Amino acid sequence: MRLTRRLDFCASHRLERSDWEPERNRTVFGPEPGTGEFGHNYRLEVTVGGVPDPETGMVIDLKWLKQVLVEEVEERFDHRNLNDDTSFFRDRAPTPEQFALLIFELLERALPDGLLHQVRLSPAEDCFVDVTRDAR
Amino acid sequence: MSPAQRTLRVTRCYRFSAGHVLRRADWSEQRNRAVYGRCANPNGHGHGYGLEVTLRGEPDPETGQLLPPGCLDRVVEDRVLAILDHRLLNRDVAAFEKQVPTAENIARFAWQALVGRVPPAELDRIRLVETGNNSVEYRGELEED
Repeated sequence: MRLTRRLDFCASHRLERSDWEPERNRTVFGPEPGTGEFGHNYRLEVTVGGVPDPETGMVIDLKWLKQVLVEEVEERFDHRNLNDDTSFFRDRAPTPEQFALLIFELLERALPDGLLHQVRLSPAEDCFVDVTRDAR
Repeated sequence: MSPAQRTLRVTRCYRFSAGHVLRRADWSEQRNRAVYGRCANPNGHGHGYGLEVTLRGEPDPETGQLLPPGCLDRVVEDRVLAILDHRLLNRDVAAFEKQVPTAENIARFAWQALVGRVPPAELDRIRLVETGNNSVEYRGELEED
């Protein structure tokens, strides 16, 4: 059985790599890196999978899952600049793909082994990135 | 966790409007009515379609992106939206001369138009939303290799 919890948060970023020269950033990411600061209202949907506990009827305590999402995601990224206020994007650009993979890794570490099924990150209404655990 | 244990998919959502009639010329009026109901009305009707295109792959190690920016948009525009948007599908689109433009067949049309055209990513799924009440998903399961 799968259970999904949603978290909305806001962050800004620049599509650039700080370990690259401006010229290279410009070539790869477009005409205005460095000046192209912009923000997203991100929507994160985290899906966990498991069997409901026979006593509680719950796969996971949603209060606890919410707390994990607050600590691992909201407190790290909400109302932050991903390039400047976090240490994760020094050697990679904060694309939706990289950001979703990072959140998957952070939650994978924070949750009991095998619980996390999928992370869906939507930087905009017309786009979303899924990172899904492969079936074993 | 190594890349072998999880899969990355990127989905982009597009919209187009098109008219269609669900009717086969080789069937009687009665049979068309029986199978397609109101959708067989000869003068057609239209939908504001939603098209979700899902790709699968690994981000480029340099750019962190599955495809270069704008690349998927261009392919979808050229190979799907420019052909379907604001058309009467039965009359204006060659693919629907011989098959009925059901949601299923439109999804399959989009799959065939895009598969193999988004390297290095793989086309993973097409979702066609015909109305808020019905949508179809297609992962190429009916195609012959």
